[in-house]
Amino acid sequence: MEPITRIVAGAAPIDRPNVDTDQVIPARFLHKPRDGTLGRYLFHDLRFGPDGVPNPDFVLNRPPFDGARILVAEQNFGCGSSRENAVWALHDYGIQAVLAPSFGDIFRSNSLKNGLLPIMLPPEVIHGLLAQLAETPGGTIAIDLEAELVTLQDGTSHRFEIDPFMRDCLLNGIDELDYTLSQMEQVESFEHRYGRRNA
Amino acid sequence: MSTESQVGPRTMFDKIWSEHRIIERDDGQTLLYVDRHLIHDGYAPAFDSLEERGLKPRAPEHIFGTPDHYVPTDTRELAEIPDPERRFMVESLMHRAAAADITVFGLQDRRQGIVHVIGPEQGISQPGLILVCGDSHTSTHGALGALAFGIGMTEVTHVLATRTLWQRRPRVMRVLADGALAVGVTAKDLILTIIATIGTAGATGHVIEYAGPAVTALTMEGRLTLCNMSIEAGARAGMVAPDEVTFAYLAGRPYAPTGRDWDQALARWRALPSDPGARFDREVVIDASRIAPMVTWGTSPQDAIPIDGQVPDPDAEPDIERRQGMVRALAYMGLAPGMALTDIAVDRVFIGSCTNGRIEDLRAAAAIAAGRKVGPEVEAWVVPGSRPVKEQAEAEGLDRIFKAAGFQWREAGCSMCLGTNGEVGRPGQRCVSTSNRNFVGRQGQGVRTHLVGPAMAAAAAVTGRFADVRRLVAGA
Repeated sequence: MEPITRIVAGAAPIDRPNVDTDQVIPARFLHKPRDGTLGRYLFHDLRFGPDGVPNPDFVLNRPPFDGARILVAEQNFGCGSSRENAVWALHDYGIQAVLAPSFGDIFRSNSLKNGLLPIMLPPEVIHGLLAQLAETPGGTIAIDLEAELVTLQDGTSHRFEIDPFMRDCLLNGIDELDYTLSQMEQVESFEHRYGRRNA
Repeated sequence: MSTESQVGPRTMFDKIWSEHRIIERDDGQTLLYVDRHLIHDGYAPAFDSLEERGLKPRAPEHIFGTPDHYVPTDTRELAEIPDPERRFMVESLMHRAAAADITVFGLQDRRQGIVHVIGPEQGISQPGLILVCGDSHTSTHGALGALAFGIGMTEVTHVLATRTLWQRRPRVMRVLADGALAVGVTAKDLILTIIATIGTAGATGHVIEYAGPAVTALTMEGRLTLCNMSIEAGARAGMVAPDEVTFAYLAGRPYAPTGRDWDQALARWRALPSDPGARFDREVVIDASRIAPMVTWGTSPQDAIPIDGQVPDPDAEPDIERRQGMVRALAYMGLAPGMALTDIAVDRVFIGSCTNGRIEDLRAAAAIAAGRKVGPEVEAWVVPGSRPVKEQAEAEGLDRIFKAAGFQWREAGCSMCLGTNGEVGRPGQRCVSTSNRNFVGRQGQGVRTHLVGPAMAAAAAVTGRFADVRRLVAGA
């Protein structure tokens, strides 16, 4: 994985709570191979009408939000199914971070393993940001992962927290599995003791 | 942040967590040992990732698989899956499992079924274990007193390669269900009530332990339904303390321990329940005696109301964000505020899924279907959760009851719960479903899903609209 340190990009509002991963990528696309083009299925049934024509009202079909690389969402974004395809669809589309008051647990974990930053901010900060995006669309947001600081388009900065272990992996491009494989001696000695306890 | 030196009463979760802790980093990340790994036909790509790294599954004897998401329910012939990409999903699982010496119950195996039905059924899921699977409804297996949770593809690859998983310790919530469920009220109604009470994010970051008289009174199958939908309340895992019901259920199952191993296992299992006085991070109390059969009206499992209720009015909701959400949900569902649920006509009925596809569910539905006819405008399906469930139902004559009533009697699989196999409804259709999610488009683009228990689904099928199953039982 490529190291991530700083993201500066435009943001688009997804201003509804409980956006489930079935919305992010409908189940009928889950068998599509992971070839880097899953972005075309992102928010498919919101982005496109039943005839496949883009829905002009959906935020990612409207300038300046069509160029957004950051999403600003409401509470419990990514709830529901464990499908990692939801993260791949966001990633392939070009989304690098999602800012929300809270996330579904499995989605958050899947995101961190694919270099998509799930950034939790207090509800009042998110609501303020949604209001800014409505009033003055087109500004940029800067995310500094090392400092765990997000700077909004009005210049205000807010602290966030990413799990320190995951943050370390993201900043340094460390692969979690490689790290675990370097610890297998401990796993084996645990396994030996565990096997004896539960034999 | 560590509870390494924790003394005094412990929760069941604490006991299982500490038993499986291999490494605990200063930053709180914990490497956990995984006892059982279940795989299904959505996860063959994880084997590609392994292969790219030159790795193999580390402990194939502890991995069990079955195709369920992509299998058709009108045939058991792999070659008859018309869509090559979907057929490939099933084929890849079979090839990968065979190459890695992983036990897999294929389409023609008599043990095939939905992964969360066959785990308990085969005795693979047991108390005290950590069990994972690339599916959010893995919470189901917690009904046996296991710590079981859903993981994503990257985590599946990690578990295949190492038999371990990095996790941060979650908080523990106890949901205490006091009193007794009334006649005609089921575990499905209990969990829908819990989700409606705490909300769809109510237990995010938590593991739920379900306790109290209404929970211990449930059969094993009821407990599986209850734990299954924990994720719909935001909890990655749900658990019920193992007891005599659990032990009686497990005894004699193919992968359950036997002889001296059984006695030793039993001694370990009896020590698992939370100690008296154990502290929970959060506690919620539900009065089970007040619960009625539940129906969802909206597009989130938290939108559940009693069958004698009315579609809610957004104008009565003070919170603007929630009001807008209700307006959107009602528009999608094609419902108007104030409508009585019992006035709403239905187009399709789906009885099945890892939530309600077990034998007791089919018995409850058949009891309502017996001697009645599916409404002329209704297409009703029964999809058993596994091949053993199907064969048991056929031995009891349930298939004949369903078919005589006009239901389709199908083969085992996930089917219309999420439609990954192509079995979906048409836009605008109203589908009464015993599954777990009423999300927008879950059962097909534009399909309107209402979640209910199995007897309630059968009642809707035979009356053509939502009906209070308690009245049908009474013969009214």
